Amino acid sequence: MIQHVFLWTDTLIFILLVAVLGFAWFARNKEHLRAPWREVVRSRMAVASLVVLSIYTITGLLDSVHFRKALPTQEGQQEVQYSGDVLSVLDTLLGPMRTQDEKTYSAPFAAYLYARETVTGADGEKLRIFPRLEYGGAGLTDPATQKGADIARRTVTALAEAVAVLLLLYGMLGLRLASKWRQSWMSALGAIAKGTSDVPWRTALLTLGVFVLLIALVVNLSGAYHLLGTDKVGQDVLYQTIKSIRTGLVIGTLTTLVMLPFAVFLGMMAGYFRGWVDDVIQYIYTTLNSIPGVLLIAAAVMMMQVYVANHPELFETMAERADIRLLFLVLILGITSWTGLCRLLRGETLKLRELDYVQAADAFGVAKSSILVRHLLPNLMHLVMIAVVLDFSGLVLAEAVLSYVGVGVDPTTQSWGNMINRARLEMAREPMVWWSLLASFSFMFTLVLAANLFSDVVRDAFDPRLRAQR
Amino acid sequence: MLAYIIRRTLYAIPILIGVNLLTFVLFFVVNTPDDVARMHLGAKRVTPEAIEQWKQEHGYDQPLLYNRKASGVAKVTDTIFYNKSMRLFAFDFGSSDAGRDIGEDISQRMWPSLAIALPTLLIGLLVNISFSMLLAFFRGTYLDLSGVMLAVVLMSVSSLFYIIGGQYLFSKLLHLVPVSGYESGMQAWRFVLLPVAIGVFSGIGAGSRWYRTFFLEEVNRDYVRTARAKGLPEARLLFRHVLRNAMVPILTGIVVILPTLFMGSLIMESFFGIPGLGSYTIEAIQTQDFAIVRAMVFLGSVLYILGLLLTDISYTLVDPRIRLS
Repeated sequence: MIQHVFLWTDTLIFILLVAVLGFAWFARNKEHLRAPWREVVRSRMAVASLVVLSIYTITGLLDSVHFRKALPTQEGQQEVQYSGDVLSVLDTLLGPMRTQDEKTYSAPFAAYLYARETVTGADGEKLRIFPRLEYGGAGLTDPATQKGADIARRTVTALAEAVAVLLLLYGMLGLRLASKWRQSWMSALGAIAKGTSDVPWRTALLTLGVFVLLIALVVNLSGAYHLLGTDKVGQDVLYQTIKSIRTGLVIGTLTTLVMLPFAVFLGMMAGYFRGWVDDVIQYIYTTLNSIPGVLLIAAAVMMMQVYVANHPELFETMAERADIRLLFLVLILGITSWTGLCRLLRGETLKLRELDYVQAADAFGVAKSSILVRHLLPNLMHLVMIAVVLDFSGLVLAEAVLSYVGVGVDPTTQSWGNMINRARLEMAREPMVWWSLLASFSFMFTLVLAANLFSDVVRDAFDPRLRAQR
Repeated sequence: MLAYIIRRTLYAIPILIGVNLLTFVLFFVVNTPDDVARMHLGAKRVTPEAIEQWKQEHGYDQPLLYNRKASGVAKVTDTIFYNKSMRLFAFDFGSSDAGRDIGEDISQRMWPSLAIALPTLLIGLLVNISFSMLLAFFRGTYLDLSGVMLAVVLMSVSSLFYIIGGQYLFSKLLHLVPVSGYESGMQAWRFVLLPVAIGVFSGIGAGSRWYRTFFLEEVNRDYVRTARAKGLPEARLLFRHVLRNAMVPILTGIVVILPTLFMGSLIMESFFGIPGLGSYTIEAIQTQDFAIVRAMVFLGSVLYILGLLLTDISYTLVDPRIRLS
């Protein structure tokens, strides 16, 4: 028995997903909407980053379906009690990684703890030794001699599995393209391998292959070892970074979702109606803009903390409390970041409203609201699209900084910022505990790099000014 | 010119009032002083007397906007809004929740902030301009392409990584500079070196990519083509004509952040233990000292608005085509 839990951010994520899919459905037969995207997917860089982004997104989505498990029913108890732990589908998939906690730090692939412990030997003598881990390398009798061979064996298995999966994907893609291009299967496979296809499928497959290999490695090795070590309380670091993906994505995407309506609506109003409407809207965004962003976020989050501390009865589980803080952070980040886009849209609307077709629509007596929605909005969408994609990477990076300052996500939420913050204190340790830092930085770097590369291509494809130059 | 400056300064007043109202709403209306007191006193079951006492000690024991008990002008002045928010306009920051004089703290702590922020800005400017000019000189070649790629990679790395990595490499492994700390006077350079270097390095990616577009925009102008047609060597063209004109957007873009340099960098200062305004703010946030955060929000807005004003003035100074209106 499980009970579904709908966290606020989950709901918003799925609304966003539906909106994106809806837009794709709407745009599928519209040449002017498809053209820039077709240009995007022709770029090798964009396709590779798109694969990376999709894998992160799928992980994030799996981590957004939450539920609570039922506790075993006691004798004579009628109602089913649910556990206080809110789990996600991703947690079930990661299985052993979540539950196999050690006592404290252990290095990647270690079989021994990272700290000495006093153990009483068989003859009552006190020994200071590095004790064996409870789970890491637990299947080995003598880690010093067997570990290398064991890891090698598992790696080879993972490699074989990855190659098999990749070949399967290659074959399936070949079939699909063969029927689309009306060619034989072999010639479709050849076109992919030579890289002569319109869409760079070879790049996509190779990027995907890297991830398939990584996933295969995790599947084969994570049960027996801690691939990226464990942290202070013995939790698997790899598990933490994977769980952090959702937080990063939520902040990167929902913030834009929250701010878009404001920015688009107010920007268009200011540009189209001018006069006092323009003055008021300009006043609002100058005021908001003049407060240093971090301080506004800090002030708002501090207020949020006071509110949550004084109203503990509103939140049933820890996860819900952490989630409301995440949502609030998203809201406040949205409030601080809509001003730039709003100003941009205002300027563009000012330009557009003077164009002949808008003037003509006005002269024909078309209602102002339909001029705004039908004639102006579609011509602003490229700016919106560029802003959404460009903001994403900045927001993911901002999360880490904000969490460090202490005004980011809740300390119980898994996030890269929190991981860095905790690991930072271990810098002074000799020898240094480096794996938490490395794990969070590299996961964050991959996501942000992919987003940056993707946004470059998107900008080039959507910006009419750049398009005219070519 | 003077009339313009005065008019622009007057425009700033409603904005500052807006900022003030916003912070007032955030700090006193969303959560009442009672909530704040309860939070500071910690435990869940706090006696009303303890709350009253805390409020009295910190000057929160007045009504928010209008004091019925007082008479005359005091009806308005004996309120939290007047004492805590309006006084900021006179740069009277009052005392922090811990009891220290905020104005005094700010005037002492802005100098270390400046000692980090100013060199970072200047050296960063120099490095970014050189790098982006190099890319513009080799535009369209593989050098340009890989340079832009490098810039994208550099800007994808978290700034925290630069700081942590830099501290580890230069302070712990090589022992070149102290890990953190600060000393006033001439000895400060040892502590300033690493933060400045890291600040410059972490800015290269975004900065040089941005400046490169300015250079490319100028390179495609007619006057550049004319000069090239007349036989001017490419390097000279770049330094004498393109650089000068591309400096206009670069410099006017910098003016807006000049006043805010006093505020310092939050993370840089707290990682390196520099007693500037940035670390002051972080400490205030972490100890939940609302009075300091409020003061810093106000100060930051004033400096930002000052920056906007300076930007407008600098535009008219460097570009005679722009008239003040």
